Amino acid sequence: MGLLDKQFTDDNIIVTKVEDLLNWARLSSLWQMGFGLACCAIEMMATSASHYDFDRFGVIPRPSPRQSDVIIVSGTVTLKMALRVKRLYEQMPDPKYVISMGSCSNCGGPYWEHGYHVLKGVDRVIPVDVYVPGCPPRPEALLEGLLKLQEKIRNESLVNKKSA
Amino acid sequence: MSLKTEEMILNMGPQHPSTHGVLRLELKLEGEIITDVIPHIGYLHRCFEKHAEAMTYPQIIPYTDRMDYLASMYNEFGYVLAVEKLMGIEVPERVEYIRVIMGELQRIASHLVALGTYGADIGAFTPFLFCFRDREHILHLFEITSGARLLYNYIWIGGVSHDLHPDFLRLTKEFVDYFRPKVKELNELLTFNQIFIDRTANVGVLPAETAINYGITGPNLRASGVKWDLRKDDPYSIYDRFDFEIPVGNGEKGTCGDCWDRYYVRVKEMEESLKIIEQAIEQIPEGDVTSAIPRRVKPPAGQVYSRVENPRGELGYFIISDGSVNPKRVKVRAPSFVNLEVLGELCKGHMVADVVAILGSIDIVLGEIDR
Repeated sequence: MGLLDKQFTDDNIIVTKVEDLLNWARLSSLWQMGFGLACCAIEMMATSASHYDFDRFGVIPRPSPRQSDVIIVSGTVTLKMALRVKRLYEQMPDPKYVISMGSCSNCGGPYWEHGYHVLKGVDRVIPVDVYVPGCPPRPEALLEGLLKLQEKIRNESLVNKKSA
Repeated sequence: MSLKTEEMILNMGPQHPSTHGVLRLELKLEGEIITDVIPHIGYLHRCFEKHAEAMTYPQIIPYTDRMDYLASMYNEFGYVLAVEKLMGIEVPERVEYIRVIMGELQRIASHLVALGTYGADIGAFTPFLFCFRDREHILHLFEITSGARLLYNYIWIGGVSHDLHPDFLRLTKEFVDYFRPKVKELNELLTFNQIFIDRTANVGVLPAETAINYGITGPNLRASGVKWDLRKDDPYSIYDRFDFEIPVGNGEKGTCGDCWDRYYVRVKEMEESLKIIEQAIEQIPEGDVTSAIPRRVKPPAGQVYSRVENPRGELGYFIISDGSVNPKRVKVRAPSFVNLEVLGELCKGHMVADVVAILGSIDIVLGEIDR
């Protein structure tokens, strides 16, 4: 709590909306499922490593889908892998988010035309929150994608507007 | 008294942080001892051969990039050498030097990923960060030259896409001077760490004879004590002009051909690559890099096999041409695919935890195995 630590001499209260508090907590520690598919996974690793430091945004790779909040689909999703990706997504606890990284998982990428093997967009099996274009996207692009996702989470609402 | 146990089958992957991609291993276990390992592949099949049928020769280069995505430069290198052999193109001196420098930088970058993730696989996370820090310097060099960090499409048939950046040679020289001490740092941090040695020495021993029988190539073969490197034994491009050694495993910490040897051969290879880069920087001549690029790539009918020493072993391209602008067939001999086959042999009799150590030491790339 570096922001608030030792700032006050007396006990204090902070007034905020439950929604804002929850959203703030969710967006600040998005645990990522450590799951690489293809070339983009190398850029994802580079983003997690020393130079780009994904940790700054609270993104820590977890080996299990049960412990993660966000799945970064990084690379070509083949038809053989598509059902596995779907199952991994289903194993994640709510709330869960999906970043589709790279042209392959956005739409099939360079394999779109002649590939008999490629799933033309991972959004055909799981709902995608943020698409990051590129082949492969630079680490900065992935960081930008994550910031977009954080923006999206920040504006989420607990109220079911339809029934209200 | 003997206990009768039942054979248990355990699936490892396709989502597993240590399978280096989407590989599924079917482990047959007797208690905690492994009796057999069956790799199931094809989760990243990207039909390279089918694409090669539909594309023209230069259009295939980006797809070769995406096979072994840790050694893209070398995949292009091997492919263009094959096409040039088919067409009988002589490339300018400067191009040859540029290709060698790029190839060797790529070898270092690829080995850095291999060593870093190997450490991370078996529980040492810090070397991973150190290796990726150094790898970024190489990626920067590639980026100022070709505009891309990972998949370059830089080496073209008959030349390279554009000349080096004016600062490239100076920066590469600086990188060589910067990186030499970093190898020592890595050695102190991981290579000669007693915990690391205990975890990898005498594990997954690959005798030279078995390695040859399975057709293993690259650092995995050399770690078993066989001095076989295509750069020396079947020199292509201009590798015969450089003075460098071929490091082989000698069982320094355990048995010859164990995981530690396979790891250490890669460390030593990085140093040899630095030597080659240094010599190439000194000798590189001036010249035009695009003069030999043909306007229309239309090789005569025929077939060719050309092989290069990829960071993972012998990468071979077999191309059949029917005289048109599209190849009739491009078959790739992928080193990772062949190297993976020996996994079952290596794992037999070891514990489950050693599978990770053995698999990491073979250094596979799934993009190349499934193609």
